[in-house]
Amino acid sequence: MTQERIRHLLGIDDLNRETAEGLLDLAESFLEVSRRPVRKVPALRGKTIINVFFEASTRTRTSFELAGKRLSADVVNIGGSSSSTSKGETLRDTVNTLDAMHADVIVIRHAASGAAHYVARHARAGVVNAGDGMHEHPTQALLDSFTIRQSKGRDFRGMKVAICGDIAHSRVARSNALLLRMLGADVALAGPRTLLPRAIDSLGCRVYDRLEPALEGADVVMMLRIQRERLGAPLLPALREYARYFGLNAARLKLAQPDAIVMHPGPMNRGVEISEEIADGKHSVILNQVEAGVAVRMAVLYLAASEPGEIATPSDS
Amino acid sequence: MRTLLDPESVARGLRRMAGEIVERHAGAPDLVLVAIRRGGIAMASALSHWLGELEQHSPPLGSLDITLYRDDAATALPNPRIGASQIPCSLDGRHVILVDDVLYTGRTVRAAIDALMDYGRPRLIELAVLVDRNGRELPIQANYVLKTETVKPNERIDVFENSAGIHALIQDKASPTIPPGAPRPEVP
Repeated sequence: MTQERIRHLLGIDDLNRETAEGLLDLAESFLEVSRRPVRKVPALRGKTIINVFFEASTRTRTSFELAGKRLSADVVNIGGSSSSTSKGETLRDTVNTLDAMHADVIVIRHAASGAAHYVARHARAGVVNAGDGMHEHPTQALLDSFTIRQSKGRDFRGMKVAICGDIAHSRVARSNALLLRMLGADVALAGPRTLLPRAIDSLGCRVYDRLEPALEGADVVMMLRIQRERLGAPLLPALREYARYFGLNAARLKLAQPDAIVMHPGPMNRGVEISEEIADGKHSVILNQVEAGVAVRMAVLYLAASEPGEIATPSDS
Repeated sequence: MRTLLDPESVARGLRRMAGEIVERHAGAPDLVLVAIRRGGIAMASALSHWLGELEQHSPPLGSLDITLYRDDAATALPNPRIGASQIPCSLDGRHVILVDDVLYTGRTVRAAIDALMDYGRPRLIELAVLVDRNGRELPIQANYVLKTETVKPNERIDVFENSAGIHALIQDKASPTIPPGAPRPEVP
């Protein structure tokens, strides 16, 4: 077999350049499905996908749910507070239970880094990481690269991408940095010094503790959500001060390329990391990201739910 | 390897087929041609050309990728390439002619009919193929056929387009297939 099938998607580490680009190509054909009158194809009829979200999330869960339903799979959502975990069940027992129900794919979000890996080790089902602690959020990175491809083309070499905000706590930043570097982009990370991780050099990106040098000449500007729960801690003084030094506004965006695109994984804090006029302005591709999210997740689920034993390889035909 | 259809006979046959289509659809005002990817693309554009010659204007031409509608869809290829379907107009009330190169098991056509229904409710669907071969597994038949051929169990039919036009060859089953997109051999 020349190409490996993606069964679990736990992190960008599971991909190489070829499989990542293959996944993005596949997502393109799924984008069309969401735009037609009947937004459903029978590809995963009879398959069961269970979304297990131990952390609250509306948009990612909805996106995964729609992706599964548009492929005709049966999709079940389990939330953290309503699940047996609140009654003291261990993650291991939850996994065993879902396996016994013959889930084909388990989509998991968990506050603990490495939770998805743990589930993948113990489950027969394919496992998709929908965000684990401060570790990774691979489908977000894939949908971001998909959105960039739509406006900037397929060749990422020489493309300048600025990722700005709370880098240290952001799995979105981490997954994006890994994938964008893999695809050949030049990535700059910018944030307050207290919100830059210690081992940041391992990501192979340019690092700044001010926004301006990262924005200089950027083709893509990715703003991260400032997590209000981190406020008050010594890491971050006040929203107003953050907005003043690290918020994206029209004046700062002038430093980037005239045709730069602005992205945000959502939910946005308008007036904090991104100003009102930029969020709704002509550079913003934030809603394209949402549309791309469903297409990319369809591609990931399609691969994860396919029969492991019956994969045709080029040599079989 | 032997030639089943050469470019001249394909061109002649498709011109005749276009005539039949126009006749049966009373001038073809509501016609839409939909090629099944990728085998039907070359034939559909040639057919559209001949329809244009006969009726001054060619009918809308679309294409359909049926991968997600296959009855074995879940047994995916390791890195499946699914082309985007392009349906140029609403299919409601239209006369749709599905176009494919070889009609064999009938499973592809079954999937294509399902896919079409998700784009609207055509008034009717017909099937046009270059070669109708034995081996049907479903009760499906073509309305327009250029050539009917009985193929031996150890043979298969390859259809491809090169600079001379569309060819159909009968090949030994063991011979390597030409992957889609690869350069086509020049057949004398």
